[in-house]
Amino acid sequence: MEIKWYIFLSVTLFCIGIAGALTRRNAIIIFMCIELMLNSVNLLLVAFSKMHLSGIAAKFPALATDAQLFVFFIMVVAAAEVSVGLAIIVMMYRNTHSVDINFLNRLKN
Amino acid sequence: MSVTQILFWFLSLLAVGAAIGVIASRNPVYSVLWLIVVFFAISGHYILMNAQFLAIVNIIVYAGAIMVLFLFVIMLMNLNAEAEPAKHLYLKMAGLISGLCLLIVFVAALSGSAEAKNVGQLGGSNIGLIKNLGRALFNDYVIPFEISSVLFLSAIVGAVVIGKKE
Repeated sequence: MEIKWYIFLSVTLFCIGIAGALTRRNAIIIFMCIELMLNSVNLLLVAFSKMHLSGIAAKFPALATDAQLFVFFIMVVAAAEVSVGLAIIVMMYRNTHSVDINFLNRLKN
Repeated sequence: MSVTQILFWFLSLLAVGAAIGVIASRNPVYSVLWLIVVFFAISGHYILMNAQFLAIVNIIVYAGAIMVLFLFVIMLMNLNAEAEPAKHLYLKMAGLISGLCLLIVFVAALSGSAEAKNVGQLGGSNIGLIKNLGRALFNDYVIPFEISSVLFLSAIVGAVVIGKKE
């Protein structure tokens, strides 16, 4: 497959995530849309690493694993982020009895 | 069309359709289930690109752990009973239009500039196996690995501190 189809797929997933984060009001669904955007970026990183594998990595084999390890660290950080974010959502639900983000405008004034 | 092309289009359509299902379904539980479908499709893409370790990690970490955490929180809050109050129609249309505009801008900017390079698939290298990745991880990336353990510790402490009743 040409690289441009992977770019189009990742961009499509990213824009679906953005549209979901802009249109929904449920905080958990917005959080899931952020996870969707993270995954589309991961997919594009792996596709680029695979694209450069034939050119660069023939001379420097250590470089070929860099992008995949980068994706691995993104997954690690995403896992930590999800645990803290869900704790924040649970606390918000406990205080307001809702996960509607329109209740969260108290910092506005 | 070769087998890898058929698999690519199948997995892409599955990923995009399930992603639309995530943002379109009213019940949050269905959104979580659609997101698991997206993660499985992305794992299939990783396998097509010879990143087997990442595919397995994606399934275990995302579909196995994170999504179960989401489901657990949704069940805990009992959200599936109440209907989510809908946004104004204008706001919804504005969000959709801005997302579509971003998509159009990205595609228009990247379709002309991208070289027609091929992404090799299925076979050719064993870069994505756990042996090579583990060697690189524990030789060149030891310090980020250890720092990520500190990050996890702080995430655990933060989640407990935020989540406990005061």
